[in-house]
Amino acid sequence: MKKDKIRRFLVTAVILLGCYLLQCTVFPKLVLASIKPNLLLIVTASFGFMRGQKEGMLLGFFAGLMVDIQFGSILGFYALIYLVIGYINGWFRQMYYDEDIKLPLCLIAGSEFVYGLAVYVLQFMLRSEFNFPYYLNHIIIPELIYTIVVTLVLYPLILFINHRLEAEEKRSASKFV
Amino acid sequence: MKKINQTSRANRYWLLGLSLACILLMILSVFSDKVSGPFKVAANVTVIPMQQGINHIGGWLGDVNDSFKTLKEVQSENKKLKERVDELITENNNLQEDKYELERLQALYKLDQNYAEYEKVGAHVIGKDTGNWFSTFTIDKGSKDGIEKDMNVIAGTGLVGIVTETGPTWAKVRSIIDDSSNVSGMVLSTSDRCIVEGDLSLLTDGKIRFEQMENNDNTINVGEQIVTSYISDKYLQGILIGYVSEVNVDSNNLTRSGYITPAVDFKNLQEVLVITTTKSSMTESK
Repeated sequence: MKKDKIRRFLVTAVILLGCYLLQCTVFPKLVLASIKPNLLLIVTASFGFMRGQKEGMLLGFFAGLMVDIQFGSILGFYALIYLVIGYINGWFRQMYYDEDIKLPLCLIAGSEFVYGLAVYVLQFMLRSEFNFPYYLNHIIIPELIYTIVVTLVLYPLILFINHRLEAEEKRSASKFV
Repeated sequence: MKKINQTSRANRYWLLGLSLACILLMILSVFSDKVSGPFKVAANVTVIPMQQGINHIGGWLGDVNDSFKTLKEVQSENKKLKERVDELITENNNLQEDKYELERLQALYKLDQNYAEYEKVGAHVIGKDTGNWFSTFTIDKGSKDGIEKDMNVIAGTGLVGIVTETGPTWAKVRSIIDDSSNVSGMVLSTSDRCIVEGDLSLLTDGKIRFEQMENNDNTINVGEQIVTSYISDKYLQGILIGYVSEVNVDSNNLTRSGYITPAVDFKNLQEVLVITTTKSSMTESK
């Protein structure tokens, strides 16, 4: 059982690191209209509704913390946003089925919107930049759409990895009995 | 049912604990820079080496791509370049003469040469901001290489930004097109001061805004150079920011504002130069 946990931990860490590295090295080259998708949000949200609140929270916390260390202005800001997004997505675990891709897409789109809104309100509105329609049309919505497109590729991959891990865990559990 | 309640309660404690940790970090990092020290070291051993690796691979792929240029092209280019070298050598000789003359005259007038040449360190851009809201990036030189906070960063001839934080082998740079960036600038020809601000809504046009320039008799033409001014406490004087692309008189009739096209191409930024003299160290030594 312990081996399963270690394996799950390692695989999750690799997914998170991989997405983070892609996000800050490769994706800046793939911008469309100076917008790039948000891989970290996809990973955080999908672990939230696939694995539950706790894993979503922890993953979001570490994803946000990495962003804070390297790019943020204060520590803990993005960590808190991603953490809450991971937690909220965890609520939908009971409603979630593997075959259905509509719910994950809706959840990730919703998370992306909440994320954009939070960054706007906390970092821009508080500096008295009140032109919200502009930011909505030029940053939040394009980022949402681009993220959804990337989700269609990335989500099946995460799902596949999760399936494999769960199958392994089941096998070793039945062996144990 | 009881079990579900228990786990959801445990999760709520997790949420509470981690949120508190975040808030604590935020409060602490506002008041002191030391908090982020351990995190920076952690980043240094985990993420930074991998980013550097990816950067190297990218550079290598670029090199391979370049070397596939047909030999013919290179040969004809070589021929042209040789002719150009000859031209330039004669031109250079003339310029050298002029330079000596200039030096002589400058010595004569005791012109202050302080701002002419700064020592610089080259660095690679290894990572860009993960979100779409800000324009910060990390470079592969840090405090071990002598990089300090508030050092100016340039690329080519233009100002890129300023170092805001340093880790052992990496540093965080905030570019002047970032929405939260403010630089004190002046028009090179007339020395009229203005504030140059990054603006997210102008990012796609590749422009930045300037404001609060005195509306006096000096006419400012499109294409004039804006450089960093002498009153900034962080930016060194006389670094090119960009060229004026539009000037308007504000409705108060006292100030002028407009747009600047930056001298640096921020979209394809790969190598930057960090000026290792900071303004504060310069004013101290005087």
